[in-house]
Amino acid sequence: MTTASPDPVAPSRSSDRDEVSARPGAVRRLRDVWAYRELLGTLVRKELKVKYKNSALGFVWSLLNPMLYLVVFYLVFTYFIPASISYFAIFLLSGLLPYNLFSAGLGGGTTSIVGNASLVTKVWFPREILPLASIGAALVHFGLQLAVLAAALMVFRYPPSWSFLPLIVLALMTLLLLVAALAILLAALNVYARDIEHLLELVLLAWFWMTPIVYPYAQVREKIGDWSLLNPLTSIVITMQRAIWGNHLVTIQSNGKPTQLPAVPDLSQWWYLRNLGFVVVLSIALLMFAFWIFGKLEDNFAENI
Amino acid sequence: MGAAIEIERVSKHFRLNHARADSLKERVVNWRKPSYEEFWALRDVTLHVDQGETLGLLGHNGSGKSTLLKCVAGIMRPTEGRITKRGRIAALLELGSGFHGDLTGRENIYMNASILGFSRKDIDRIFDEVVAFSEIEDFIDNQVKHYSSGMAARLGFAVAVNVEPEILLVDEVLSVGDEAFQRKCLERIKRFQREGRTILLVSHAVDLVRRICDRAAVLDHGQLVAVGEPGEAALAFREYLQHKGVEVPKELEDPQLRRNLRIEITDVDVQYPEPGRTHLAPSEPLRVEVHFCAPEIVDDVVFSIAIHDQDGRMLLGTNTDYTGDDPGFVEGNGTCTFIFERFPVLDGIYSVDIGLHSHDVGVIYDQRAEKDTVKVVSAGRTVGLVDFPVRARIVSSSTPIAH
Repeated sequence: MTTASPDPVAPSRSSDRDEVSARPGAVRRLRDVWAYRELLGTLVRKELKVKYKNSALGFVWSLLNPMLYLVVFYLVFTYFIPASISYFAIFLLSGLLPYNLFSAGLGGGTTSIVGNASLVTKVWFPREILPLASIGAALVHFGLQLAVLAAALMVFRYPPSWSFLPLIVLALMTLLLLVAALAILLAALNVYARDIEHLLELVLLAWFWMTPIVYPYAQVREKIGDWSLLNPLTSIVITMQRAIWGNHLVTIQSNGKPTQLPAVPDLSQWWYLRNLGFVVVLSIALLMFAFWIFGKLEDNFAENI
Repeated sequence: MGAAIEIERVSKHFRLNHARADSLKERVVNWRKPSYEEFWALRDVTLHVDQGETLGLLGHNGSGKSTLLKCVAGIMRPTEGRITKRGRIAALLELGSGFHGDLTGRENIYMNASILGFSRKDIDRIFDEVVAFSEIEDFIDNQVKHYSSGMAARLGFAVAVNVEPEILLVDEVLSVGDEAFQRKCLERIKRFQREGRTILLVSHAVDLVRRICDRAAVLDHGQLVAVGEPGEAALAFREYLQHKGVEVPKELEDPQLRRNLRIEITDVDVQYPEPGRTHLAPSEPLRVEVHFCAPEIVDDVVFSIAIHDQDGRMLLGTNTDYTGDDPGFVEGNGTCTFIFERFPVLDGIYSVDIGLHSHDVGVIYDQRAEKDTVKVVSAGRTVGLVDFPVRARIVSSSTPIAH
């Protein structure tokens, strides 16, 4: 060979022999994804561009969604049916935004391999990039919506719980890990059974109502204790609520008597951190499992897609 | 140097779904009866492609050649066996694939090149060359969905060749685009070859394989039936098909021509001077008998013959009009014999193509290409192509004058 390819990115650039036919293990997969991170960025930009192509307002649409939520919920729950939860609009958005990220990332991720058939059947790259790109696009929307929420807090002069604020970052990273594991798993399964994407819509709806987003965690805790933390989204959502909305007393029916309780547990950062820790462990286990399944199913993507 | 691609005992098992059971319900309902057919798309294929070599893969539809290419590209994973490679691969499995219609040409170049493992910086560097090669400067900021298929194909080829892969995989893509662009692609491929890069090429076009490949391999029903010089492999391919009684597939013929079988070629017989001979010596006579059958009378017919060498060069092309042997009309079974008083070529295997058409070539009755061959073996040591009648006469002051 006389030519030197000026390519620092591709892992196959090394002069060693590469086995094309080998099924890479989890570590190798992570390395491949890392090596192709620029492609991940490009695909995220592609998803966003395609989504807002030919629309005059573009990204503004992403901002309008949470704004509308804010206005509508403020009106409804302040004037029409006053909620027992104070600052309900902020409470709701604190939980809704991470849920939206979860649902958009998982929904987009699940259909990402099937939806990019023309790429998958024609060219090699680490396929996990596709669900990850869907999550990346959802993350951008999340960022915009979070900015709206932050702006709303400033307008209403509503201070977040400063001492809990760093937990937002950890909660977000936990959420991304969880959604990545699930999206990679479902994206592979969906190639073989397209029911997954339809089933997912129902599951996501159920999941939404099973997570304390529109009602306070105290309500569930009163009934079943901390068992509801088995739902990993719950740990994430209550952390976000605690950090952004703070904590206020709500009226709960306890043993038939109305009782005043804090909406989310009035416990230290460490309690919230511990919960997130459990979710991280679960997500990593799930991610390894997802890589393993993905690697097996990937063999025949091109013919089944 | 070593091999750029090593394919070791590779098999690929496929399940062909009759009615695709895509949903769980269908799977549950039909769980007893397998609604698929299983077959081996590749069976125990071992093949090495050396660094700097251009290898052609020949085979009819469904022979597994594209599957093999996809396995090498890493798009499919073989069921058994292993494939190793050295260097970066760019696969051109379909020109313009991987383009997104809603994005502009510029955006697609960035996306496509990053899929092939290029960083943004690298793409910036090759961007101008890609655009210049694809000749779509004026449309680079238009959405690709407004491109013609030729433009998309040009852009796809331009990206793939400019990412400077060590190994280029090409599947049938050289058959698209106009002639000028095809020539440009071929030149680019030749430059690739000069630069010592490795090319694995799948094609229906025996001619193309003969022209640009160093070696060729023939696949049939997933098995490797021949590997060798392109001409030999093409020959083996035809012989293999004939041996199995398979009709030589359409892709070997010009798809532009629609046949009208008012006269059918029933057989072509290449006759060497004596029966039992397997080859011809240079400048020996040769007869080519074309047996035909015309169920009804046909009064507008020309028999034509073309002889090509292994590189696809035409050595001779003539017909019964040019030789002044217009048959007038034909009916029933008959024979048209082309008589070569001498066949003045040196060693080689030459293909004999026969065509039957009307005087104005408006109607093609039948044709037969790449099936019949003439083998010439020279006993002498003269090298080259043409057996010119040549003698030498040497004169010097001390040599007796010879006649």
